[in-house]
Amino acid sequence: MLCREAGRQLQKGDNLIKEADTTAAGVIYWNEEIECISRSDLRKLQSEKLRKMVERIYYNVPFYRKKFDEAGIKPQDVKGVEDLHRLPFTTKQDLRDNYPYSLFAVPMKEIVRVHASSGTTGKSTVVGYTKEDLEIWSEVIARTLTCAGVTSKDVIQVAYGYGLFTGGLGVHYGAEKVGVTVIPISGGNTRRQIQVMRDFGTTALACTPSYALYLAEEMQDQKVRCEDISLRVGIFGAEPWTENMRKEIEQSLSITAIDIYGLSEIIGPGVASECVCQSGLHINEDHFIPEIIDPDTLEPLEEGEKGELVFTTVTKEGLPLLRYRTRDLTSLTYERCECGRTLARMRKCLGRSDDMLIIRGVNVFPSQIEAVLLETSGTKPHYQIIVDRKHNLDTLSLLVEVEEHFLSDEIRKLESMKEKIRHAVESNLGISVNVNLVEPKTIQRSEGKAKRVIDNRNNLQS
Amino acid sequence: MIIQQLSIFLENRSGRLTELTETLAEAEINLSALSVADTAEYGIVRAVVSEPEKAREILKSKGFSVSLTDVLCLSTPNTPGALARALRILSDASVSIEYLYAFSMGDRSLAVIKTEHTLHAIRVLEEHEMELVKASDLYKI
Repeated sequence: MLCREAGRQLQKGDNLIKEADTTAAGVIYWNEEIECISRSDLRKLQSEKLRKMVERIYYNVPFYRKKFDEAGIKPQDVKGVEDLHRLPFTTKQDLRDNYPYSLFAVPMKEIVRVHASSGTTGKSTVVGYTKEDLEIWSEVIARTLTCAGVTSKDVIQVAYGYGLFTGGLGVHYGAEKVGVTVIPISGGNTRRQIQVMRDFGTTALACTPSYALYLAEEMQDQKVRCEDISLRVGIFGAEPWTENMRKEIEQSLSITAIDIYGLSEIIGPGVASECVCQSGLHINEDHFIPEIIDPDTLEPLEEGEKGELVFTTVTKEGLPLLRYRTRDLTSLTYERCECGRTLARMRKCLGRSDDMLIIRGVNVFPSQIEAVLLETSGTKPHYQIIVDRKHNLDTLSLLVEVEEHFLSDEIRKLESMKEKIRHAVESNLGISVNVNLVEPKTIQRSEGKAKRVIDNRNNLQS
Repeated sequence: MIIQQLSIFLENRSGRLTELTETLAEAEINLSALSVADTAEYGIVRAVVSEPEKAREILKSKGFSVSLTDVLCLSTPNTPGALARALRILSDASVSIEYLYAFSMGDRSLAVIKTEHTLHAIRVLEEHEMELVKASDLYKI
């Protein structure tokens, strides 16, 4: 049985959609052949692509050849998906160690675009795309948008940041592929976002869920009502969000809020996305093979078990990654969705298996902040990171203990130290921070170790 | 002539200054002078005490962020223009003042002054026959 929302899309979609596949039942797929493929055919397809991928990385990426040789595995030993669990993992640290281009599997002349995550100098993770990779990216975003009920009749406001961050440009080209009218407004400037939304007739919004809530709040302040705008669907990702947040967004903006998932290492947005049934995110498995592992034992887990999500990118040319550990915790189901798609679904992410924080869509590791403190103060003071959500926007505060070597008895010098830290965090991590100086030993310590992070957002959510 | 002043970082938290003075009292350390510079979130207490080194060790052991700072103490007649004269001498000699705190009682005024180069400031003031208070005398007040 089809879910109600999908049926509703049918009436809107009509037969004007030229490119997307519309079934007799009325559900719209971008690529029905793949999205509704039988599990056995999919496995054959994946196995075939995996074999080719393993060969490519073995011969083109010294890092992988070394790993295979050390493990005593030859490319021809890999017959199919069933052999995946024997292969080595890739971690974010591997990307950093090979900064910037050493994991690329093609000569630089084949790379047509790079993106990078934020990070202190030399520590960001750099990803590269060939022309074909950009095609794949557009394809998976086209599926994502179609999955969310977005068609060529829609007007999409892309309020993800454009630039090194993958969000903006990723969604942009996929939307163009579908034929959606794209407003490449990028992030920020909320007043303008609202004006554009109203004047340009935006029907679909792509941004982080917290920014969507912030927009809703600003609209209320400006007395802009839902009836004044044409928005009907939101494509939200780049940070974890709860069902409660979804309800709040859907009510305050009177839209359907769709969760999308992606990370730059794998491709960016477009790795997985919900359909209008909103019951799990469909993974584009013909490009990205998912696994769930136990983050401690690294052993694969069964369907439905919660663990760390791992991806193998079987088609990407520029930066193919084998068993990349996302550190995101979730579970998988291979059951066919009500929408008819057979691709595996992952649950909304349930947390992380490392200490990474996602603040306004930006990935932040405590170690990056530590590096900034070391750099600016010349020593490593005790510090604590406090993340909060105020007016639906994430805020970052940094408490720094003023120890003797750090102490000046002149307020001017203390203030300039604060400013230096604030500026360094902002320029290195790309997010604003409030720096507070506190007395020694005031930061809560558990078992002698200072608690580095307090994330109050967890208390607000359920 | 160099005075060792205690500088203590305090968060703006009620009772914190009381705790500081009680800690000094328990150690039988006398306060000769004290000033608090405050911002929205924290303050810096500057104090001249009877035994600066001992006070520092005690405060440090009680978890205070404390350091010793070189300052000088100027003694002038309690008359109009006396401080102005002293400051003119310093500014003519390009000595800039970071901060000062002062008080008058009877016929004398005392000003604790922090400059960038304390020794240089002391030399300049002495050349102009200004009266400076000896550390040993100030600690006993």
